[in-house]
Amino acid sequence: MIREGFRSIKTHGLMSFATVTIIMACLIIMGSVALLSLNINYLIKDLEKQNEVVAFVDDEIESEEEAKAIGSQILAVGNISSADFVSRGEAMKNYMSKYDKSLMEGIDETVFRHRFIIHLNDIEKLAQTKEALEGVPGIARVRAHQEYADTFVKIRNIVSGVALVLMAILVFVSMFIMSNTIKLATFSRREEIAIMKMVGASNGFIRLPFVVEGLVLGLLGGGLGFLAQWGLYDLVTKSLMESITGDILEVVPFLSIAPMILAVFLGIGVVIGVFGGVNAIKNYLKV
Amino acid sequence: MVRFEKVKLTYDNSGAKALDGVDLKVDDGEFVFLVGPSGSGKTSLMKLITGEVRADAGRVIVNGFDMMKIRRHKLPKMRRTLGVVFQDYRLIENMNVYDNVAFAMRVVGASAKDIRRRVPYVLELVGLEGREKRLPHELSGGEQQRVAIARALVNSPRMLVADEPTGNLDPVRSLELMLLFEKINEMGTTVLVVTHEKELVNAFAKRVIKIEEGHVTSDGNDGYFSYE
Ligand SMILES: Nc1ncnc2c1ncn2[C@@H]1O[C@H](COP(=O)(O)OP(=O)(O)OP(=O)(O)O)[C@@H](O)[C@H]1O
Ligand SMILES: [Mg+2]
Repeated sequence: MIREGFRSIKTHGLMSFATVTIIMACLIIMGSVALLSLNINYLIKDLEKQNEVVAFVDDEIESEEEAKAIGSQILAVGNISSADFVSRGEAMKNYMSKYDKSLMEGIDETVFRHRFIIHLNDIEKLAQTKEALEGVPGIARVRAHQEYADTFVKIRNIVSGVALVLMAILVFVSMFIMSNTIKLATFSRREEIAIMKMVGASNGFIRLPFVVEGLVLGLLGGGLGFLAQWGLYDLVTKSLMESITGDILEVVPFLSIAPMILAVFLGIGVVIGVFGGVNAIKNYLKV
Repeated sequence: MVRFEKVKLTYDNSGAKALDGVDLKVDDGEFVFLVGPSGSGKTSLMKLITGEVRADAGRVIVNGFDMMKIRRHKLPKMRRTLGVVFQDYRLIENMNVYDNVAFAMRVVGASAKDIRRRVPYVLELVGLEGREKRLPHELSGGEQQRVAIARALVNSPRMLVADEPTGNLDPVRSLELMLLFEKINEMGTTVLVVTHEKELVNAFAKRVIKIEEGHVTSDGNDGYFSYE
C-alpha cells in the first residue's frame, strides 16, 4: 500500500513536481514573513535594551561597599539582565562631562546618590519590576520610562500580530491550492478509484496511497523549502549588511533558529500535503 | 441471492422514474438474463444491487445484505460478494493483464501467495493464458472483456453481475462470452446478465426477466423474449 503511494508519485511526476513547488513557494513566503517579523522584534529588543532603569540608593547608605552589596538583592528581583553599580563620584563625573563644568563649581558629590543602572530582560514587565525594585531595602527611588516601554511593546505586538494573520491566510491559501492540484492529479485516477470501490476496497485502503503521497510531497516541499529559505535569508542579509556601512544593523543568525524553522516547515508541509490529499479524493469515496 | 420487493427509484436530478415497483427474486446458483428496451431501468436495477444508488422505497436484499439499511462502511464487505462487469471493460490502461486482475486482490488485502496462485488460475479460466504481460490496448475487445471478467471473478464472488457485457463485441465474441458465463455459472456462481441482444438470449434456454418502464413485465424459463 505504501508502495502504491510512491508508485503514484513516480507516475504522476509532473503533478508531484507542481505540488512540491507550491508547498515550497507557500512555505518560503510564510517563512519570509516570519523571519522579517522576527528580525523586527530583534531590532526592537535591541533598542529596548537601551531603555535603562535607574535605581537610586538610599542617602543614608554612605559607604560604597554597603551600597554595592544591594546589587545581589536587585538581581534576585528577577527579569534583570544586568545591574551595574555607579558610585556617586562616578555619577557626578558623568554628569559633569555632559554639561559645562563652570556650572558645577562648588557642587559636592554628595548631591548625587549611589545608583544602579539596570537593564531588563522583558520590558513588558517593566511596571512590576519597578515596583519590586522599589521594595528592595536600601533603594530609595526607581526611575523608569514607562511610556517608551509601552510604545515598544505595542510595536512588537502589532508586528507579531500582522505576521501571524498573514501566515494563517497563507496556510489556508496553500491548502486550497494543494487540494486543487491533487484533485487534478486524482482526476486521472477516477477510474482506478471506481474500480477499487467496485471490488470492495475499504475507504481507508483507497485513501492510504493519497495520504502517503501527500505526506512524502509535504516532507519534500518542507525540506526543500527550508534549504531555499536558508539560501534566500543569507543572500538578503548579506547584501543588506554590505549596503549599510558600520555594524548598526544586527540580524538574527539563521543557524540559531534553523531547527525551529525546519520543524515548522516540515510540520506545515505535512499538514498541507495530507490534508490536500485526503480532501481531494473525498468526493470519489462517497459512492 | 437477490430479492427486490416493491422497489421504487426516482432520480432527483432528472425526475425520471427509473423503477416503479419492481419485485423479483434470483436464487443462489441461477443464471438470469435481464432484458428490456433502452431506458427501461436495467442499469438502475444493477446500480441498486452494487450499492451505487439507494432505492426510495421497498426492499433490496443482496447476498444477505439489506441494501436499504446498509451502512456506508459495510459496503466494501458487501461488494466483495459481488463480481461486476461493465460494457466498457474499465481496465487500468497502464497496467498489464496480470496486474489488472491482481490489483483487485491486492486492494482487498489478499496475500502475495494467494495472488500468485489465484490470478493464473482465473486467467486460464477465461482463456487468457499467455497474455499476462500485454497492456489493455494490445488486446482485442473480447480479450479486454475477458480480463474484466477475470478481475470480477478473482475474489471468488457469490454472484457475477454484468451490464451489457457484449455491447462492444461482435456476435461470435458475444457468444463465446456467454459460454464463458455459462461455465462460470456451472462452477457455482450466480450470474445476472443485462443484455439487449435477442438472438443471444434466445440461443440459451435460461431464465429471462423482462422489464419495461420500470416494471417487471415477464419472467420465465422459456429462454425467449420479444417486445410487443
Ligand atoms: N444518473 C442518472 N441521472 C438521472 N436520470 C437517470 C440516470 N441514469 C438513468 N436515468 C434515467 O432513468 C431511466 C432508466 O435508465 P437506465 O439507465 O436504468 O436504463 P437502461 O434500461 O439501462 O437503458 P439502456 O438499455 O439504454 O442502457 C431513464 O429514463 C434514464 O434517463
Ligand atoms: Mg443501461
